[in-house]
Amino acid sequence: MRGRAAGLALVVAAVAGFPLLAGTYPVKLLQEILIFGIFAMSLDLLMGYAGMVSFGHSAFFGIGAYAAALALVKWPGLTAALLVPAAAAALGALVIGFFCIRVSGVYFIMLTLAFSQMFYAVAFQNAFVGAEDGITGVPRPAVLGLDIGSPARFHGYLMVIIGLAALFVWRVARSPFGHVLRGIHENEPRMQAVGYPVHRYKLLAFMVAGTVAGLAGSLYTQFQGSVSPDAFFWTTAGEALLMVIIGGTGTLGGAFLGAAAFILLQSLVSSYTERWMLILGLTFVLLVLFAPGGIVGALRGRVGLRA
Amino acid sequence: MPADLFAQALNGLSYGVLLFLLSVGLTLIFGMLDVVNLAHGSFYMLGAYAGLTLIAATGSFWLALAAAPIVVGLVGALIERSCLRPLYRRGPLDQVLLTFGLIYVFEDLVKWMWGGRIRSIPPPEIFSGSVNLLGATIPSYRVFVIVFGFVMALALWLVIERTRVGAIIRAGVFDAEMSAGMGINVSRVFTMVFAFGAALAGMSGVIAGPIQSAYPPMGASILIPGLIVVAVGGLGSLKGSLAGSLLIGQAETFGKAWLPGASMMIIYAVMALILLVRPQGLFGRALR
Repeated sequence: MRGRAAGLALVVAAVAGFPLLAGTYPVKLLQEILIFGIFAMSLDLLMGYAGMVSFGHSAFFGIGAYAAALALVKWPGLTAALLVPAAAAALGALVIGFFCIRVSGVYFIMLTLAFSQMFYAVAFQNAFVGAEDGITGVPRPAVLGLDIGSPARFHGYLMVIIGLAALFVWRVARSPFGHVLRGIHENEPRMQAVGYPVHRYKLLAFMVAGTVAGLAGSLYTQFQGSVSPDAFFWTTAGEALLMVIIGGTGTLGGAFLGAAAFILLQSLVSSYTERWMLILGLTFVLLVLFAPGGIVGALRGRVGLRA
Repeated sequence: MPADLFAQALNGLSYGVLLFLLSVGLTLIFGMLDVVNLAHGSFYMLGAYAGLTLIAATGSFWLALAAAPIVVGLVGALIERSCLRPLYRRGPLDQVLLTFGLIYVFEDLVKWMWGGRIRSIPPPEIFSGSVNLLGATIPSYRVFVIVFGFVMALALWLVIERTRVGAIIRAGVFDAEMSAGMGINVSRVFTMVFAFGAALAGMSGVIAGPIQSAYPPMGASILIPGLIVVAVGGLGSLKGSLAGSLLIGQAETFGKAWLPGASMMIIYAVMALILLVRPQGLFGRALR
């Protein structure tokens, strides 16, 4: 346990100090990894703990991203940057979740996909959110009176918010609530028979994951200074799903490793060769065939404890 | 106006036929192998490109239509044997990652071999004109596609409902483990069904060629409508696959004509509505 804490401190220090050593592009990559890492981590709470494999997690990423863009243009403060997107995503998750949690398995996958793509269609075809161009020129918020326009300050801001969000997800997973979710994953009828209001637990899990995903979307808007309908598109959800699986489902921290592997592979390989899709695809195939359990599973030396 | 309506309906019908040929494999593979094959759209794309090359080599659309599905079916058999077979005992997430990876692999291979440009495929000569039906001018190739689709649907129904092989497939969809217990070589049937589904998707790609042309992302873009058809129709159901594809084909076409501002969400809205009212899809078995 102490070794683990020391390792985590080392990683945090390395991430914090990275802009001192590296150029603009690597720092941007790292920030993208952090944002997608927390996005994937929120999905892992849903997949790895509650056993709800969603193919529409981009809905909440997009809601957060758009809510932040719309709000920040008017009031560039922390409320618009964090509170509004999180609340919007939570509300979205409440509504979508209300319908989706009634079904499970492939049907849950398809229903979540349907809802996220309806949001995509609305964003793509409506002028008040910029239609297919999205919203550009979104200012970064002022944090407690401080301007975070400079790269160093923005890096610090990202780290604090993402660190807190990751801590929150981790605490939720370790809480009694998280244990109930795992119980539902293992044996839903039994949990129901024991007297747990299973649907309410699932809905709450869906909302927690959606809220954190919304926060990630909002951070992505602030990182890019713009947002486009792609935030809602199913490939965004699919990439998060891949990141979770690559990192190791049900490991939470693996989500960041998965995000790092995915984004680094994509950007590094594509800068060397045109054939990056082939290499990325083959990597997935080989990973599945030879390293089940994802990166964390491989690090643990044996096939992961959970499927 | 009625003529216009009729033309729209036929457009929807020909799109529905393409979706049907694609989704048959998807739904049988899910029903029997318990695999959501995300790479199924890739077989559709491979079919279109194999057709392109075969037409160029032989000069005959019909030869291409007969041979391309065989090529794609062999690719499918290879994929099932080499990649999917080790995964049957594992969770569905590994299959998602694997078949998603295959989408990338196939799309890039096609870009490598054929280039990334849109390649148009000419319709066969007899169907290069158009016909006048109820006052509407319809490209005769579309009429061929619709007729071909319904003939294929009938043939598939006969094979699956009336032959011994079909009975084995139905048994496998119903309960693969029990079928194995009854002495059926399920592992060979798995390969066969996967290859068969891939071949049908490839066939769909060949006949889609003259309508939509061939372009590398075509596989990824037909995947979602295909999955929607399967969910709407009910997993593992041939009847559902037909009903679902006809419904989605019409919804997509009429959505574009009548609700251009919301056309992109129509098919998703239809699916969401159906799944909320009937979670197992139109012809699916009730959820366990």
